[in-house]
Amino acid sequence: MIEVRIHGRGGQGNVVAAYLLATAAIDEGHFGQAFPAFGAERRGAPVVAFVRIAGQVLRRHNQVLHPDFLIIQDHALLHVPGVLDGLRPNGGILVNTTLDVSALEAQLGRAAIALPATQLAKAHLGRPVPNTALLSAFLALTQMLPMHALAGALGQKFKGELLERNLRLIEAAAQQVPAGLWKEVAHATGA
Amino acid sequence: MRQALEGSQAIARAVALCRPQVIAAYPITPQTHIVENIAKLVADGRLACEFVSVESEFSAASVVLGAAVAGSRTYTASASQGILLMGEVLYNIAGSRVPVVMTCANRAVSAPLSIWNDQQDSMAVRDAGWIQLYCADNQEAVDTTIQAYRIAERTELPVMVCVDGFTLTHTLEPIDLPTQEQVDAFLPPYRFSRTLDPRRPISMGTLVSPDFYPEARHAHHQALLKAADAILAADADWHAQTGRSHGGLLQVEGDADARIAILSLGSVCGTLADAREMHPELGPVKLIRLRAFRPFPAESLREACAGLTDLVVLERALSPGGGGIVGAEVKAALFDMPAPPRVHNFAVGLGGRDIPLETYPRLLQAVATQAPQPFALFDVDPGKLPVEDR
Amino acid sequence: MRMNATPETPIPLADLRRSQPRFQGIESGHRACLGCGEALAARLVTEAAGPDVMIANATGCLEIFTTPWPESAWRLPWMHSLFENTGAIAAGMEAALKAQGKSTKVLAFGGDGGTFDIGFQSLSGMLERGHNVLYVCYDNEAYMNTGIQRSSSTPHAAMTTTSPAGKERMGKRHLKKDILTIIAAHHIPYAASASVAYPSDIRKKVRRAMEINGPTFLLIHSPCPLGWGHDGALSIEVARLAVQTGLFPLIELERGELIGAMPIRQPRPVTDYLGLQQRFSHLFKDDPRAREELEHLQALAERNIEYYGLKGLHDDPRDSEGADTVRRGGQRWA
Repeated sequence: MIEVRIHGRGGQGNVVAAYLLATAAIDEGHFGQAFPAFGAERRGAPVVAFVRIAGQVLRRHNQVLHPDFLIIQDHALLHVPGVLDGLRPNGGILVNTTLDVSALEAQLGRAAIALPATQLAKAHLGRPVPNTALLSAFLALTQMLPMHALAGALGQKFKGELLERNLRLIEAAAQQVPAGLWKEVAHATGA
Repeated sequence: MRQALEGSQAIARAVALCRPQVIAAYPITPQTHIVENIAKLVADGRLACEFVSVESEFSAASVVLGAAVAGSRTYTASASQGILLMGEVLYNIAGSRVPVVMTCANRAVSAPLSIWNDQQDSMAVRDAGWIQLYCADNQEAVDTTIQAYRIAERTELPVMVCVDGFTLTHTLEPIDLPTQEQVDAFLPPYRFSRTLDPRRPISMGTLVSPDFYPEARHAHHQALLKAADAILAADADWHAQTGRSHGGLLQVEGDADARIAILSLGSVCGTLADAREMHPELGPVKLIRLRAFRPFPAESLREACAGLTDLVVLERALSPGGGGIVGAEVKAALFDMPAPPRVHNFAVGLGGRDIPLETYPRLLQAVATQAPQPFALFDVDPGKLPVEDR
Repeated sequence: MRMNATPETPIPLADLRRSQPRFQGIESGHRACLGCGEALAARLVTEAAGPDVMIANATGCLEIFTTPWPESAWRLPWMHSLFENTGAIAAGMEAALKAQGKSTKVLAFGGDGGTFDIGFQSLSGMLERGHNVLYVCYDNEAYMNTGIQRSSSTPHAAMTTTSPAGKERMGKRHLKKDILTIIAAHHIPYAASASVAYPSDIRKKVRRAMEINGPTFLLIHSPCPLGWGHDGALSIEVARLAVQTGLFPLIELERGELIGAMPIRQPRPVTDYLGLQQRFSHLFKDDPRAREELEHLQALAERNIEYYGLKGLHDDPRDSEGADTVRRGGQRWA
């Protein structure tokens, strides 16, 4: 089982990201589960969403306390206490940031992956919504699902021009991270 | 067909498959996505029904009552404050023996104000006279919603399908949606024996003097008790149709020869099930999930509890000043057993506090080390209490 | 908040306003969205109302974003009870204060959902019984806090999640409820509409209502960038356009009679207003139904202009609304 926690702000597509990831897993025949930790509706508020992907059915409905991976959709959230809580020792952190990797790792004091997802989204979608770029990078890093599964999930949510742009975006984003870097961690926990 | 669906979305599709003619919608977190999804189906011409955006939950329940007695299959959904506000109407619907189906997206009640999940709302109206069924996951929510129409229309009792708010409604999981053909084969067209009709006029909701009232209540109570058969039959027939069953009145799993059991309702049962599998070293434990709370399945419960030494009743509500609600009803049902188990009654996850997997070992620890408490909140943080209450 | 006051030597009520030239009833740091019209309106209302008030607040955005336990943004005595009973809670507060002979004025705050819909009954009762309460409705035209569902205040043809556009529908089918006419029928001493685009006008109307011993009602048009689909920076411009098109007339009523209206010097076509908001984007598609709805909305605006006499008799070369100035490339006014 792989557990992912996604931190973002309202309006960045945090919950959609979680749903897309779980949908991609389900469409590939795995068990997938995604849900937000909810608060009142509000743009800009910190939001957290959880994803579980497993080879067997999971029946639990508790929050993810010990994620294998963290996806941080907004660099500024790194200042929020508790954002990194519970991350497993070998766990991976993917951050949406314009900082380069060494600066990011210096700030965090540990290994992490930096992706300028907002910039990529602006370039491809014309809107600063970083979620699909981050998901693509995540899949490239973990290689836990084929990219076409994400494309399929996107196809259920978007149509026409927006879908086309998203498909190009995920291709571009996947190139920007070291492919398979987290593959062993993903396999060890076992999807 | 197995697909990834958010709970609310799945419930909305299930409702659409049942072909309701009148739907009353009023927004309240966390059921809102259900009515939004239905509104989109209507706007796209995929569901032909009268979608009535009402001005309060009180009116939502009243609109479905009016529509049901006028001869249409109906639907509404609510939660928390909305359930309380429509409370008067809920009693009215049940006492009038009208077949209505609604979703309660379980949420805590104010004050204090909370939008998060527990079961205080549906428990608060347990005496309204509705059938109340609790779902462990979204697949069950889909299947039980469809079964509910059959149960309601056969028994002429309204059915409240309880689905944990956020925890289930906002969780995306794999769902097998039945086909329209399967649902049409399972659900005959709406028929209500006392439909208001100019061709044979009757009067409903009349004043009833002490000369007749007790008999009406007796009949209602008996009808609810007998509804257990309809609940079992619907689940069995649905299983024949789809291969899926959800335990009928209650579902027992785990170690058949266990002397310790944990009983609960709703989504926490899934968490307990996974936790149990993770802790075989803690010994054999039975898990009992109440699916039907009204009618209360006393006989099935006594059977499930035969041979137990300890029963943990883990509930998602309470009666302030009294104690546990489910605990009290369980104890009453077990009272006359020759050797009833010790009952440890806890409430957990009130106001949406997360219920972690560790709850399972901690509960078993409590059983092993403490005398049974009449009632306590299991996950209170003493550090957050005033000093004198610690 | 209070200068030189201590628990032992509080500032006398009479001196409170003097010691605070610009009274602040809501503190910053609340959790409203960027550009929230309701937050601005509530600040303007409480500024003008002053410190000697007690507030009953309905469920909704304002209550949620100002009071996340254990914090509160209010510097005034304040209670949130439920969604549907604000008029009645306020009535109870007023009755108690009256029985105690106190000068504190009761304010009732609710959104359009809590006022036009679920809270309508208790509002009507409060008005009918003549309680000395100023009821302020922050009208953002939908149930915003629960995620943008339609209320009876949602304008005709607007998209919300429960009135989406689709093959069979062009947004909300029903007209925006004419709440002021219904309020007027209660013959209360004063009722008025206002807009966050005209802050001085809000202050003037609040002060007028505060002076009256009896039920008063203020409807304040408050854009919701998230729900209406525009950038938070455009909230004031959007609100101004609602007034300048005639879709949201600013009027005053005493005992049911129209006694004042803010004139529109140069009425703007409704498309100027609608075109800025995502919730009306389906009306700009190439669809005969969309054209029909635009005509309908234009007709509603023109009907308001005529009915309330909003257009001056002559063109105004000075164009104090500023619309003409903008058209000629000048700076936006106010």
